[in-house]
Amino acid sequence: MTRATGEIMLDVHNVSLRFGGVKAVTDISFDIRKGEIRAIIGPNGAGKTSMLNVINGVYHPQQGTITFKGRVRKAMQPHQAAKSGIARTFQNVALFKGMSTLDNIMSGRFLKMHRNFFWQLIHLGPARQEEIAHRRKVEEIIDFLEIQHVRKVPVGKLPYGLQKRVELGRALAMEPELLLLDEPMAGMNLEEKEDMSRFILDVNHEFGTTIALIEHDMGVVMDLSDRVVVLDYGRKIADGTPDEVKSNQNVIDAYLGVAHQEKSR
Amino acid sequence: MSELDQATENTFPKLILHNALTRGRRPAMRHKDFGIWQSWNWAEAADFIKALAAGLAGLGARRDDKIAIIGSNRPYLYWSIAAAQSLGAVPVPIYSDSVAEEMAFVLEHAEVRFAIVEDQEQVDKILSVEARLPALAAVLYEEKRGLRDYDHKRLHALGHIVEAGRTALQDKAAKAALDRAIAQGTGQDIAVILYTSGTTGRPKGVMLTYDNLIASARIGIAFDGLSETDEIIAYLPMAWVGDHVFSYAQAILAGYCVSCPEKAETIIHDRREIGPTYVFAPPRVFENLLTLTMVRMEDAGRLKRWIFAHFLKVARRWGERILSGEKVPLTARLHYALGDVLVYAPLRNRYGLSNIKVGYTAGEAIGAEIFSYYRSIGVNLKQLYGQTEASVYITLQPDGEIKPDTVGRPAPSVDIRLAPSGEVEFNGPGVFQGYFKDPEKTAEVKTRDGYVRTGDVGFFDASGHLKIIDRAKDVGRLSQGGLFPPKYIENKLKFYPNIKEAVAFGDARDHVACFINIDQVAVGNWAERNNVAHASYQELAADPRVYDMIAKHVEEVNQALAAEPQMAGAQIARFLILPKELDADDGELTRTQKVRRSFITERYASLVKALYDGSEKGTIRTEVTFEDGRKGLLEGEVVIRDVAVTPVPRLEAAA
Repeated sequence: MTRATGEIMLDVHNVSLRFGGVKAVTDISFDIRKGEIRAIIGPNGAGKTSMLNVINGVYHPQQGTITFKGRVRKAMQPHQAAKSGIARTFQNVALFKGMSTLDNIMSGRFLKMHRNFFWQLIHLGPARQEEIAHRRKVEEIIDFLEIQHVRKVPVGKLPYGLQKRVELGRALAMEPELLLLDEPMAGMNLEEKEDMSRFILDVNHEFGTTIALIEHDMGVVMDLSDRVVVLDYGRKIADGTPDEVKSNQNVIDAYLGVAHQEKSR
Repeated sequence: MSELDQATENTFPKLILHNALTRGRRPAMRHKDFGIWQSWNWAEAADFIKALAAGLAGLGARRDDKIAIIGSNRPYLYWSIAAAQSLGAVPVPIYSDSVAEEMAFVLEHAEVRFAIVEDQEQVDKILSVEARLPALAAVLYEEKRGLRDYDHKRLHALGHIVEAGRTALQDKAAKAALDRAIAQGTGQDIAVILYTSGTTGRPKGVMLTYDNLIASARIGIAFDGLSETDEIIAYLPMAWVGDHVFSYAQAILAGYCVSCPEKAETIIHDRREIGPTYVFAPPRVFENLLTLTMVRMEDAGRLKRWIFAHFLKVARRWGERILSGEKVPLTARLHYALGDVLVYAPLRNRYGLSNIKVGYTAGEAIGAEIFSYYRSIGVNLKQLYGQTEASVYITLQPDGEIKPDTVGRPAPSVDIRLAPSGEVEFNGPGVFQGYFKDPEKTAEVKTRDGYVRTGDVGFFDASGHLKIIDRAKDVGRLSQGGLFPPKYIENKLKFYPNIKEAVAFGDARDHVACFINIDQVAVGNWAERNNVAHASYQELAADPRVYDMIAKHVEEVNQALAAEPQMAGAQIARFLILPKELDADDGELTRTQKVRRSFITERYASLVKALYDGSEKGTIRTEVTFEDGRKGLLEGEVVIRDVAVTPVPRLEAAA
């Protein structure tokens, strides 16, 4: 029961990405609808993270187009992607380790801050008002993610599961329309995974955020997502609801490795 | 606002309205939310309570309905209690960490018609057992998160009901009806039903009247001179009688402000920010704070460690005597004052006890060392002995007569007598009316002349202080005839920071043996400093070096036991360290963290057998429950260690 609608938010059309002779992603097309939770799965090296990097502008594909909210994007930089409403988290947590949870999440508000450096320095009047408003928003996120108890703790000292949560918090601080999660549950124990699953569903429910996630845990993927796109060796091999994908022979082969053995013969 | 005025108000809703008139602008409650302490004064609280009561009436709540209150300590949940009482309905606070099954029993038994809960978690638990609750008319929730897609036929947001109530109150007839309902309440009405967690069997619903609670709350207020300027933090379960009296009854009567922490995990920070003057905590909390201090001091620099050790010695020598107002030489006073600046005051500040006037610990025995430590650094920590059936107070320690091993004198207007078996019985204004729908159990506990059997064995010492030894049904005898008080032995063990929990066996056996749970923080820290590699609690618990350390503690306990003629026979001959922590989710502890002995004996029967058949190892194979209710299997071998028993001088052994 996500908040999926029929409206297409992001459309990836015939995208190919090469690094020299290495084909990371070949001729991939899929779309993400507004309000849905969309999973991208595939074996290691299938091109999932490359795909996310293409979406938020880290890589620029040699072929194909990406349409976000009805506008075709050309060679967009990550900060422009952020400005247009795309936030992400990383496979290996990328936080400011020496900074507190609060400050890390606050850094996610940077793009929403309008007063310049000198105003902030004076810290009076409008700049102060602005900071109070941002702090309130950040506190709402801290409350939402239930990390009040580590508000002032440097994130480097936190256990991994909590760091992942803080990173999600920083992405949420941007109030994104599209949230990209790169393996949000990697390396977590069962309890942490369940917590994280609940947060992802709650983000979708409460804020109506569209979510695209990469994940290896099939149970999680099948439970959370509305639709799943499956990549293998940089190609799309299936696309559909979790049930459709689960029964797709190509997917089964890719995961069990049968097809490749036959190919090599 | 003379006491006389207040004395005519005989229910909490009336008292709250009285507070709204006489001290309307003083803070009634605070709650830290979004990182800021939000506060409400008595007038605002009364306003909310009336609106919610009207809203509940709109949903069909009537006199004598039972209304469940489930969640962490939150202002609106305390006000929900008052709103229910305003209508003449009976609030039934329920432990919010109970699993659905436990909750279902109470909801069903109490015939709950409404439930006011904190969030989705509690809603889910209630909905999962809905079929068993035909009386349930509606569930109100505060936190809307995650509940958007639920069927809202019987589910309501608390905020909506309060708004609806507010609108309804604009109608004069509705307002008059509510005023009438409040006025109709009398002191003999049942104010609350508190289900006891029960160390054995099903929980029992203790019915307390307004008269019970008001009289009992006044005992404590008068005893320690509490007033509207006091501050308290509410963090213990709302379903527990202590919280109900300290954070609800006494707060309303004395008019002081109750602060609710942001979250269970932030309590230490929140306590520091509020600086409460009146503190209540089970021994566990004080133990944990001290363990944390000691662990962190181990990591401090040499100079700091020296200063700490030196002034703690000074405190041990003089601190308690200064606190009790005894005569102390001037040089000692000066030395202590220096220590106060350098060590004691910063420590109290760390613990959030800078402003403390009086602190209480109860529920379990507290280690003499721990108790004296807090008193020596200037925290007026005292013990009390109480029960739900007594509306808390049975005995209290008066200032200046504090001993670590007794629970004090009978509380004012409470009478105590000892049954021939040694069981403590009491009578007083707080004595409960009976167990809800259970006259049989009531008759078992209440004597014909109105006394209540506590189920605890104790005696009065020479100075008239009560000393509790153990639960009456737990005190056993060894096969040679020696006394076997398991809790007494376990408490001696648990006073070591490395030992978190212990379960002693020995009734009708030829020697005493025990299970031990190590404390993961303390032992983990020791392991780190001594390069003992471990990946889990289980591995740490099985390490031979950990066994050596625990064996030393057990030997010391044996020496202490040997020194007491009655207990010498109860020395511990063998022990083992359990590979899992005892947990309330597995039914091994009660929700108030007390050991459930018979259950553990049954569950670990193979290990108990191994303790007594002389084998060097026992095997374990048991199910463990995870927090989400799933089950897993734990199996393996557990090493059993023999311990040296201190020989007892012949003369005494013969006696």
